[in-house]
Amino acid sequence: MSASEDRLRNLLVRGLEGESVAYLRFLRELSAFLRAFLKRRLAGLPDEVEDLVQETLIAVHVQRHTYDSGQPVTAWLHAIARYKLIDFFRLRSRQEIHNTPLDDEPELMAESDQDAAEARRDVTKLLAGLPDRQRLPIVHVKLEGRSVAETARLTGMSESAVKVGIHRGIKALAARMRDDG
Amino acid sequence: MKTDDLLVLLAAGAGPVDTRLPVRRFRWALVMATLAGIVVMAASLGVRPTLGRDTGLPMFWFKELFCLALAAIGLVAALRIARPGATRLAWPMALLAALLVVMGAAAGFQLWAAPAQDRLGVWLGLSWNQCPFNIVVLSAPFFIALIWGMKQLAPTRLRLAGAIAGFGSGAMGALVYSLHCPELTAPFIVTWYVLGMLVSTGLGALLGPRLLRW
Repeated sequence: MSASEDRLRNLLVRGLEGESVAYLRFLRELSAFLRAFLKRRLAGLPDEVEDLVQETLIAVHVQRHTYDSGQPVTAWLHAIARYKLIDFFRLRSRQEIHNTPLDDEPELMAESDQDAAEARRDVTKLLAGLPDRQRLPIVHVKLEGRSVAETARLTGMSESAVKVGIHRGIKALAARMRDDG
Repeated sequence: MKTDDLLVLLAAGAGPVDTRLPVRRFRWALVMATLAGIVVMAASLGVRPTLGRDTGLPMFWFKELFCLALAAIGLVAALRIARPGATRLAWPMALLAALLVVMGAAAGFQLWAAPAQDRLGVWLGLSWNQCPFNIVVLSAPFFIALIWGMKQLAPTRLRLAGAIAGFGSGAMGALVYSLHCPELTAPFIVTWYVLGMLVSTGLGALLGPRLLRW
């Protein structure tokens, strides 16, 4: 097992246990790997890279409960990245898919790229399009850093509705990113 | 939004995650499907009256164990393929192949041992033309449960996942059907039972990409 496999796995497992600092580090490292991975595969479409990096990160986040701690994190992440990439090609055109190598799994962590271009698609705008019951919990808890209890008081929602709103809102964001192309 | 801001958004307040919940739901769906399958079978076809007596026959247990083993293989494989990247299917596939070889050898032996004029009867039984169809129908509740269970996770190879869901539900359907079906010869089971499972596997492969997308 490579050193990045061990480190990333450790961060993810701690993140799944609720350590949000470890989870943020996991996402940061992952985003650099993803960027390098996708830049190589989208060589002809440099403008799309950062959008797909964001989309894949959200997919990993939404599906993080599917990670089984007995399995290599590289294989898990590669399968999700590959799935999002194929989805991207399917929505765009059917041609590029044949020219792009997809199955070189160990390569996901071969390079890391910190140089984030500006994403074309603005997640803030997508966020603004969500219904209040999803948008407000995300804005208060995720962006402003308020507690769930405080958000519940501010919005008049119950605490469980706030949690459900965040969960569904992030999922809805993922779906909108996909439809948005 | 910059990617780093998005990461902060995703990580902020991301509490603990219950990674065992999908497996619990999977199990729950299977229990419900089994109840539904048995009720549908009992109401439409009926449990065969000789079931109690048949339990004394080795061939009865051979048939039940064969269906049960195939179902177990299908369910284990379904739970594996439902996770991104967890495609360790070598063991289930090897077991499946071994079982089919054993059942095929038993079928060959029974045909060889039977008098020539009885061979066709041993192979076709009395219900060869209903058996595969009934198995496919009885697999429906299991197929719904398995697809729903898989969607709790995030399969990334949709056609393969659909085929495995179809196979697992076909084997569960066969297990339920075996409580109605009076046929007790290996050639019958290895042909018509397996044909029913193959049809549900094919249907699963066809429907998988549409039903399992996320």
